[in-house]
Amino acid sequence: MSNALTWLTDPVNWQDQLGTPGIPTQLGNHLAYSLAAVAIATVIAFPLGLLIGHTGRGTPVVTFANGLRALPTLGLLILLYVVVSPHISGRGDAPYLVPTEIVLVLLAIPPVLGNTCAGVQNVDPAVRDASVGMGMTGREVLFRVELPIALPLVLSGLRSAVLQVVATATVAAYVGLGGIGRYLYDGLAARDFAQMTGGAVLVAALALVLDGVLAGVQRYAVSPGVSGRFGTGPAQAGARVAEAAGKASVPA
Amino acid sequence: MIAALGRIPAQGGQSPPGLLGYFSAHRTEVLHWLWWHAWLSVLPVLIGLVVSLPLGYLASRRRWAYPALVSVSGLLYTIPSLALFVAMPSILGTKILDPVNVVVALSIYTVALLARVVADGLGAVPEDVAQAATAMGYTPLQRLAKVDLPLAVPVITAGLRVAVVANVSLVAIAATIGVPELGQLFTNGFQLSSTGPYYPPIVLGIVLCVVLALVLDLVIVLVNRALTPWRRTEAHR
Repeated sequence: MSNALTWLTDPVNWQDQLGTPGIPTQLGNHLAYSLAAVAIATVIAFPLGLLIGHTGRGTPVVTFANGLRALPTLGLLILLYVVVSPHISGRGDAPYLVPTEIVLVLLAIPPVLGNTCAGVQNVDPAVRDASVGMGMTGREVLFRVELPIALPLVLSGLRSAVLQVVATATVAAYVGLGGIGRYLYDGLAARDFAQMTGGAVLVAALALVLDGVLAGVQRYAVSPGVSGRFGTGPAQAGARVAEAAGKASVPA
Repeated sequence: MIAALGRIPAQGGQSPPGLLGYFSAHRTEVLHWLWWHAWLSVLPVLIGLVVSLPLGYLASRRRWAYPALVSVSGLLYTIPSLALFVAMPSILGTKILDPVNVVVALSIYTVALLARVVADGLGAVPEDVAQAATAMGYTPLQRLAKVDLPLAVPVITAGLRVAVVANVSLVAIAATIGVPELGQLFTNGFQLSSTGPYYPPIVLGIVLCVVLALVLDLVIVLVNRALTPWRRTEAHR
């Protein structure tokens, strides 16, 4: 552990050397790969989840996406890498980046899709009926009633997607991608355990910080009426149940 | 389905066999890896369960303990598995390839998941049931063993199912740092594909991992059924 601390505090490791990117660059790479994947997955899964949850049609898609979670991440990563990378003749990182981005997007879709859909479907039917009775159109019901109520679940889906992607992006260094995973595998190859442990600390810190930031977003984006931060009542119990349901995700 | 996959034409390599061909050519080592993979997935769940029961009990009985448990387990859950595998040697003083690292790391995840589930399960025992047991003369410990725990079994086994299926996938990741289990099929396939795509070991690894996860899941479902006979009689009524 103390060796890892020495490695982490050595200023040489924080500067870009010729051919070896420094810690800030690799942190930036890791963040960029992860956020790009989560963004693409959200663009695909969030509208789809809203649509399926609102119309109640197409639930087999959610079941299928959840089934994908049973696949071993590493196997999926290497299979896609082997299948896709020979077809990519780009410069630089493209042969590593494209297949791993596809896998990361595939991993981020199920939590976002499943939680968005479940969040919208779990809205109390009485609330939905009341909004229709007040003369809201289907679109208004979705965006002004169902989505705000579903938001805690949607955001916890996003949180587990981010964690899963950050963890898997680390493993993706095995097939040659940059990011903090490089320190783990390069350290292993060179028997440099200080570098390895230092990299592990960095990844854990990155995951904790990202999750903390999203927890903050969740706290302030969710309407006080839904989260029950102000006042007491049935909404509070509902929010707790929703939060508990969102936590039932899988580490990566 | 397996037969169909076996017919995937393999490219690259020298007179490459299909999926089943690959399996029969490497039967001994693949079965050895499967055995290890099963152990590395199951043992942490058993250890995690033993640790989670008292922790969950404490959290269900003491008001201050529940939020503490939820936040600590949330933090542990956030740490990527590879980071935990790699950090274990400097915490435990083990060698980097020691399977103990994987067992301890996955036990930590299991506790992070299960302790909360146990607390929720014990907390969900209906108040009138608990009072009836007390009125019948059960001591707190007897009530825990004969009333609360049996009623919490379905909740706990649901948590066990999530933990064991997640573990099967996480164990495979340890192959990238050299621990021998089914993940070796992926790393071998990766190395064999350096000249051209060579699918059999990779696809075989995915199939075996999914089958292992399904079998372990089924075992827990059956144990749950055996431990909760009253649920079956209720269903027949």
